[in-house]
Amino acid sequence: MTSTIIWTIVVLAGLGLLLALVLFFVARKFKVEEDPRIDEVEKVMPGANCGGCGFAGCRAFADAAVKAPNLDNNFCPVGGNEVMKKVAAILGYEIAEKVPQVAVVRCNGSCANRPVVNEYDGLQSCRVKAALYSGDTGCPYGCLGCGDCVAACQFGAISMDPQTGLPAVDDSKCTACGACAKACPKHIIELRNKGPRSMRVFVSCVNKDKGAVARKACMAACIGCGKCAKVCPHEAITVADNVAYIDFTKCKLCKKCVAECPTGAIHAVNFPVLPKKTETKEASNE
Amino acid sequence: MGGVHPDDNKIARECPIEVLPLPDTVYVSMAQHLGAPAKPVVAVGDSVKAGQVIAEPAGFISAFVHSPVSGTVKSIAPRKDLAGNPQIHVEIKVEGDEWAEGIDLSKDLVTSIPDDRNAMLDRIKACGVVGLGGATFPTHVKLNPAPGKVAECLIINGAECEPFLTSDYRVMLERPKEIVVGAAIMQKILGGCRCVIAIEENKPQAVKVMSEAVSSLGYAGIKVSVLKKKYPQGGEKQLIDAVMKRQVKSGGLPIDAGAVVQNVSTALAVYEAVQKNRPLVTNVLTVTGENVPANMQHNYLFRIGIPLSFIIDHAGGIPEIAGKIVSGGPMMGKAVSNIEATTVKGSSSVLYLSEEMTRRKEASQCIRCGRCADACPMGLEPFLLNRLAKADDMAALEENAVQDCIECGCCLYSCPANIPLLDRIRIAKGQVMGIIKSRNIKK
Repeated sequence: MTSTIIWTIVVLAGLGLLLALVLFFVARKFKVEEDPRIDEVEKVMPGANCGGCGFAGCRAFADAAVKAPNLDNNFCPVGGNEVMKKVAAILGYEIAEKVPQVAVVRCNGSCANRPVVNEYDGLQSCRVKAALYSGDTGCPYGCLGCGDCVAACQFGAISMDPQTGLPAVDDSKCTACGACAKACPKHIIELRNKGPRSMRVFVSCVNKDKGAVARKACMAACIGCGKCAKVCPHEAITVADNVAYIDFTKCKLCKKCVAECPTGAIHAVNFPVLPKKTETKEASNE
Repeated sequence: MGGVHPDDNKIARECPIEVLPLPDTVYVSMAQHLGAPAKPVVAVGDSVKAGQVIAEPAGFISAFVHSPVSGTVKSIAPRKDLAGNPQIHVEIKVEGDEWAEGIDLSKDLVTSIPDDRNAMLDRIKACGVVGLGGATFPTHVKLNPAPGKVAECLIINGAECEPFLTSDYRVMLERPKEIVVGAAIMQKILGGCRCVIAIEENKPQAVKVMSEAVSSLGYAGIKVSVLKKKYPQGGEKQLIDAVMKRQVKSGGLPIDAGAVVQNVSTALAVYEAVQKNRPLVTNVLTVTGENVPANMQHNYLFRIGIPLSFIIDHAGGIPEIAGKIVSGGPMMGKAVSNIEATTVKGSSSVLYLSEEMTRRKEASQCIRCGRCADACPMGLEPFLLNRLAKADDMAALEENAVQDCIECGCCLYSCPANIPLLDRIRIAKGQVMGIIKSRNIKK
């Protein structure tokens, strides 16, 4: 009995030793030479493997960054400037700082603003819904409300607001990887500059219908009247296809357009509430 | 292979085709066919006659669009289609009913077929004829196979396997000779191949009438064939299998198996285009539904561009039982989310379905019973495709031939767990087709 156990141990240990030796020599013989900097770069990466940089994961990004002649086309949106500085230090490159960005949901078709005109009882997926028809409200451009963006976000930064039925982005968690923007079949979500102290102004509507049609479908729709473009002192606003767009690189956050907009489609978020002026439109981050 | 057997519910089969009157205004969509939407060639304020060209094709796979009425062009602007998506429509205010010159409106049957094949093809193209079986693929493209491909058999599709629909059936009963002449024209264009008019066994009257028309006209090589009743018997690839005992290879076209399939209504449109120079601006649609009063069941000869709401009002309003309005058959048709949408060349029905019949039941877990795989007429495994689609595994989806799905809905219909199989598979199919296309372009 004891001899069986001893023999078993001896045979298994011997086998293990033999195979370990084989593996050791094979590993030496067929070793792939890899730039050690790839490992170093990968170590400083956030490790989310989100694909926001355009590569398959953090290691693929590190590999590309090491091979590239400079870092102009490689940027990790999750790690931001801090991580990129570290990467540049390892590789000995120089980089220009990028302005941090955040995902912005450009639809304000909440339950109150946008009446439901038909019932959808199919699969709860925006992609499936968009392939079937324009959606259960009168607006064929707006949010479908099934939460594909929520499912796409790896950082838990988007959640559906049960009151409005729209996705809400948590600025502190959003890394601007752009996964939600890709997942949205209506292309409502845009990456915009985060702005100083997260203050930003944007048109929360992408409806290209003519004013009357858009307004009928949604109380908060941009009707393309162009008042905002006229009042803007920085020429940041353009109106095309009946919808206004604010260029975030030109916007100086003067908020003149917010006051001018007749439908409240322009949102100014995270501005401090001034003691005397009571502005009701701001503060909500939708 | 596969298929399901829903009740055929051809309630409106005894209703003769009535001519639908004209509304005050029609809205003609520029996207009535598969392929690129047509480009308008009229301007606001122009006066047009019925049958006059109002839009040109904007690509190889595209088609002419003609004015269905005489009147004045009021606007050219986006308007919501059946699914609520904006499409360019030409709005025409109806004034009288005057047809453009050169169009033969008489009912006389013209049986002598012209000799010039290319002239006939040009005429079919100029008259904007598209496939009326559902896909609205431009007919002149289909009748002109790529060099090296030879058509051995022309199949005229009179299966009408979708439950409820009776428009093709009525056309076969009321215009049989025109269909046969249309078939003979296409036969000649394809170089004199044999021709089979395929009809399901649940339409014995149509089989009788069509056989009589074939024998009385005496064209060579045309015969009527009776098919088993099942859904989707009228699918292109299913018909080729049933009639020619051949299968179209994965990713191939019917012409690869030597077949060209055209619907009976398309044959009628080809007849009218070649023999009468009459553009495709009319078609027949069925207004029907289960438990819908008999006086609300109709088969209408409609002009394109008429709002569905006008048809519904004319047919007697929305019946009480209606929980959902569908355009097309109950299996493949599309839910109408906007009844102000207008009729297009391929419109085949206004179908009222009860809430009980259409409401989706809650999905439960897949129990691997395999009924969807039995039902799939393309021999796919929908339960597997659904799982792969959930996991976004495009390589495995392509390996399992998701691109061969014909979106007939048999899997969804047969699933005892109410899993929305087709919904996911359709999306995955679109993605895989996109990948295949971009790969072919790279090559």
